[in-house]
Amino acid sequence: MLSINNIEVVYDNVILVLKGVSLEVKSGSITTLLGANGAGKTTTLKAVSGVLRSERGEVTKGSITFGARRIDGMRAFDVTRLGIAQVFEGRRVFEHLTTEENLVAGAHTVRRVSKVRDGIERVYAYFPVLKNRREQLSGYLSGGEQQMLAIGRALMSSPKVMLLDEPSLGLAPMLVEEIFGIVRRLVQQEQVSVLLVEQNAAMALEVADHGYVMENGRIVLEGSVASLRDNSDVREFYLGLNEVGSRKSYRDVKHYKRRKRWLS
Amino acid sequence: MWDELQFASALIVSGLSIGLMYSLIALGFVLVYKATDAINFAQGEFVMLAGFVAALMLAPKMPVLVAIGAAVAVMVAFSFALERIVLRPLIGRPIIAVIMATIGLGAMLRGLPPITVGGETRAVSLNIGDMPIGFGSISLPPVQILGVIVTLAFFGLFTWFFLRSRMGIAMRAVADNQQVAMAMGINVERYFALAWAMAGTVSALGGVIWGSMLGVDVHLALVGLKVFPVVILGGLDSVAGAVIGGLIVGVVESLAAGYIDPYVGGGTKDFAPYVLMIITLMFKPYGIFGTHRVERV
Ligand SMILES: Nc1ncnc2c1ncn2[C@@H]1O[C@H](COP(=O)(O)OP(=O)(O)OP(=O)(O)O)[C@@H](O)[C@H]1O
Ligand SMILES: [Mg+2]
Repeated sequence: MLSINNIEVVYDNVILVLKGVSLEVKSGSITTLLGANGAGKTTTLKAVSGVLRSERGEVTKGSITFGARRIDGMRAFDVTRLGIAQVFEGRRVFEHLTTEENLVAGAHTVRRVSKVRDGIERVYAYFPVLKNRREQLSGYLSGGEQQMLAIGRALMSSPKVMLLDEPSLGLAPMLVEEIFGIVRRLVQQEQVSVLLVEQNAAMALEVADHGYVMENGRIVLEGSVASLRDNSDVREFYLGLNEVGSRKSYRDVKHYKRRKRWLS
Repeated sequence: MWDELQFASALIVSGLSIGLMYSLIALGFVLVYKATDAINFAQGEFVMLAGFVAALMLAPKMPVLVAIGAAVAVMVAFSFALERIVLRPLIGRPIIAVIMATIGLGAMLRGLPPITVGGETRAVSLNIGDMPIGFGSISLPPVQILGVIVTLAFFGLFTWFFLRSRMGIAMRAVADNQQVAMAMGINVERYFALAWAMAGTVSALGGVIWGSMLGVDVHLALVGLKVFPVVILGGLDSVAGAVIGGLIVGVVESLAAGYIDPYVGGGTKDFAPYVLMIITLMFKPYGIFGTHRVERV
């Protein structure tokens, strides 16, 4: 339903960041996009949502289509109106707004007030903690609560596709598991398809259906999550497992990642 | 003793009422800064322009409400055009570009009246008389009372809009994070325009009231100079700060005029607020209510 066809993205007219990226998000599924720091994952999401422009970025080649519509070059608020919602890396809640006001802002594209109210109740049903924090300034919520709010806020526009940028960032494993569980439920119950960007490859490959691996602005691997989990490169560089399957120390993994990027 | 108290309270009441009208003008400045990050150094000239519109409409005996309506309409249109034509191309440029643009605009606006409608001082007569209206021992001129009523009504409406309405929430979202607001389906540029239109509206109301108190000529733009101590005191991006800052500045200059002027021969009223501003900058650089950033926990 969402497809990215061989796009190039350039910042400031000169910095080429994406060098021909293609990927597909199928209806009713979770697609994950993995890759090291600076690979271009966030840039890919911003190209889809249209906020690239506000950072002086531009899709210079290729196309992005949503259903039958071409959306590259569309303005961000029009893309949202079509049913694509982005959840930003680092959560980016409106800090000076309360939890509930954040949700109201997320429903900006929804006309009817009664629908906004239903939407808020729906978000509270998925994330009950938010209900207890409804009057609180969101800048003072915990990291986990902010992430839930960011997802809930995106849900308010009843999107068909949700772009999730590193929801696990800085959260305890238990919480990550809980949030991914809810994302899974959203896909089943709300008919949302998800494009999930993650550094936490192990978690992402558990929750997703299909995956892509990005390096230096290019897609280098693609496949079902099962096939990616079995891929020896993915095991070594993204899951941090050696041939025997035991976990390496974090430092080793970082080291390998860096070396691999030097080589490529 | 009793006389002393009466004198002091008269000064304070007058200061509060004048201060409220500073708040009104400062609100325009704060809104634009909060929503669009632009600093408008021409806020005083906006007030002057509105004063001229009202004075010119009233000269051929137009009804007062029509003149006020015209001032609001002209100022909203003017602010819209300014945002569209001059300021939007400057989005993303260093803030100094916007500052210079508005300073230049201010100079242009001040140069305009002498070559178009002449340099003489014009009256804005609101037909509400000028017999001071008293409460006990304290009395205020009718136009000042009208100013208080109009300002309080505007602040009431505005508070509801800003805190309760969906558009107000969207506007605060834009102020908080433009990129994220955009991704929520909010047309950020439209909200920039709205913030400017509101600045135009308060300038129009300010122009009518101040024009009626001081007369309309180029010097009316000097009211804008009071905006800076007000917003520095209250915090550049705080609506509540604009109100409190305005009240403080009004009272301080009123007390300075009442107590210090007799000894130095006048003029303290114009610099006392600036002394206060500099002290504020030294001890509370973000003002009383200004935000830096919410600290994440
Ligand atoms: N606004 C910008 N202007 C110029 N270069 C940018 C901009 N945003 C990102 N880049 C560059 O593009 C490259 C890809 O960045 P991007 O944020 O897409 O990576 P990422 O895969 O999301 O990384 P991370 O995992 O660290 O979030 C980086 O080299 C970065 O420096
Ligand atoms: Mg990123």
